[in-house]
Amino acid sequence: MKIYRIHALICAGGQCITAGGDSFEEALKRAITEKGLEDEIQVVETGCMGACEKGPMMVAYPEGILYVHLKPEDANEIVEEHFLKGRPVQRLMWKEADGNFPTLDQVPFFAHQTKVVLRNCGLIDSENIEEFIAREGYSALAKALSSLKPEEIVDEIKKSGLRGRGGAGFPTGLKWEFAAKEVSDQKYVVTNADEGDPGAYMDRSIIEGDPHTIIEGMAIAGYAIGASKGYIYCRAEYPIAIKRLDLALKNARKFGLLGKNILGSDFNFDIEVRMGAGAFVCGEETALLRSIEGKRGEPTNKPPYPSQKGLFGHPTVINNVETFANIPFIIAEGYEKFRRIGTETNPGTKVFSLAGKVITTGLIEVPLGISLRKIIYDIGGGIPNGKKFKGALMGGPSGGVVPASKLDTPIDFESLQEIDSMMGSGGMIIMDEDSCMVDIAKYFLKFTVDESCGKCTPCREGTRQMLEILERISSGKGKETDLEDLLSLAKTIQQTSLCGLGQSAPNPVISTIRWFRDEYEAHIKDKTCTAGVCSMKKPTLEVKKNAKKIAH
Amino acid sequence: MAKINSLEELRKIRDQAKESMVARSGNAKVKIFASMGTVGIAGGAREALKAMIDELEKRDFHEVDIIESGSMGLDREEPVISVERDGYLTTYGRVTPDMARQIIAQHVINGQIVSEWVIARNKK
Repeated sequence: MKIYRIHALICAGGQCITAGGDSFEEALKRAITEKGLEDEIQVVETGCMGACEKGPMMVAYPEGILYVHLKPEDANEIVEEHFLKGRPVQRLMWKEADGNFPTLDQVPFFAHQTKVVLRNCGLIDSENIEEFIAREGYSALAKALSSLKPEEIVDEIKKSGLRGRGGAGFPTGLKWEFAAKEVSDQKYVVTNADEGDPGAYMDRSIIEGDPHTIIEGMAIAGYAIGASKGYIYCRAEYPIAIKRLDLALKNARKFGLLGKNILGSDFNFDIEVRMGAGAFVCGEETALLRSIEGKRGEPTNKPPYPSQKGLFGHPTVINNVETFANIPFIIAEGYEKFRRIGTETNPGTKVFSLAGKVITTGLIEVPLGISLRKIIYDIGGGIPNGKKFKGALMGGPSGGVVPASKLDTPIDFESLQEIDSMMGSGGMIIMDEDSCMVDIAKYFLKFTVDESCGKCTPCREGTRQMLEILERISSGKGKETDLEDLLSLAKTIQQTSLCGLGQSAPNPVISTIRWFRDEYEAHIKDKTCTAGVCSMKKPTLEVKKNAKKIAH
Repeated sequence: MAKINSLEELRKIRDQAKESMVARSGNAKVKIFASMGTVGIAGGAREALKAMIDELEKRDFHEVDIIESGSMGLDREEPVISVERDGYLTTYGRVTPDMARQIIAQHVINGQIVSEWVIARNKK
């Protein structure tokens, strides 16, 4: 078998490719060929490595040397100096503030993380099924089929305490049990990969970096509930994810890991990919199922729940991408090991896309129960330019802002709800003192107004009314009664909307009013925006203008 | 590729694929350090290195990290190659491709030092 002395792993996650990673890779391969090293160096495209702010990046093994911000013109120097002569190019290496050049496992950004879901992301060639198998891929499925009964799998997932990673945190094992108990000639397993929150790209990165883990998780679910057919509903805006998924499905079939008599057993299961056409509401499970059926993507009333009457009227388990990515780990390693990570009521990890005003943005995975302070300061490296932290928006347009006074709140489903925020699917946008909270609330509400499907009145009309009030406030025409009106509208929308989209749409407004009421009041009473974002006069500017007038 | 029909067949593929990924794991059994300074390269270090890789492939031995290093300053002894195994770092001097092949077979794979070529030996 071939031996390569250097394995050059290039991040081929969406972020790094957009930053020019593919042209670097081309240049690197060309330089390797020119020096005649193609027999000694293996260039591997991996999924997202996480530190997206540093992209395009590459890790060169066996030493684990980290190269960041790579440009095509750097390729020759790396090949000539490092690959040929063994002298790593320091000016391109990851450098810590103390002047050291850490290897992958020494960088604080990576060292403070716990990887379960992203265990293979950045380590394997996501288009190579054998590299996935080398990392114990499909061994959980093999274990399930050869030594576990379907009900034992449901039991194992229940005991693990895994909760849905799509945002609501419903116990996954319970969901599977409901579907397993239904009697039907046809059942379905569906993956929700319609990731729509602004700034969120966890699911995309999991699929791009480790598509087989989703396939394995779904097949285990299929065996557990008695389904023979699965669908992955992925948004069409994710072309790389869809391409790798298609290839992964093809390879899995070729290896007999999907299709008839999987791994020599009598279990049959296959998966199809369905593409969404860019409607945010299709991330809501009932709307998503309608869309797969070829109908208009609109939510329906629950009950009946999908586990009873789901896709095409049959019992269906629908889980988020990240939820399925946890399944192989739990089955292979056992629920006890999974429960050792995280907290008693919130076991396991959560993947977040860390964005906004933080030094190292990127994709991170942390044990549940960790504090936001640790994420921002230990992993993210703090707020850039010496600015002050103001708030973190979690859960995207359905979430809320965590203020500075709550930085030590443990990140779990309940604690976040208590402070009017939410776990959400994992978008985490960090804001510094230059952000205006009225403006943030307005931005996210505008998003839901645009994305409301219009089926029910509270969501269609109510959110629009709220947006109009916010626009009035931010243009300096706010009225004293506006805050009470906003909160009263918010309550009605939360209680009467048909689906999760409407029920959670007011959250950003509610949480910003709760934690930043004085900022709203400054907009309304003093007609000032302290952060200087909204287009009204800033107090200091006004004084200066007056001063000028006097001088005239 | 034929279909995988059992847990054993899956394990076989796993073990094979694992071997080809040892370099990324950080826990290879043996480390080889090849001095790649200008003098080393002029003295034939590249040829010795290629012979080593070829011999490893022939003998299907994967438990090894091959790391290039800068010159140690021992220009007189170039090409210099060190082997880290069983807690010792053993350095060989004036390594020709043929010597390189023997070092792989005897020392890297079987743990028997080729004493007549050793120029230094340190506990790690």
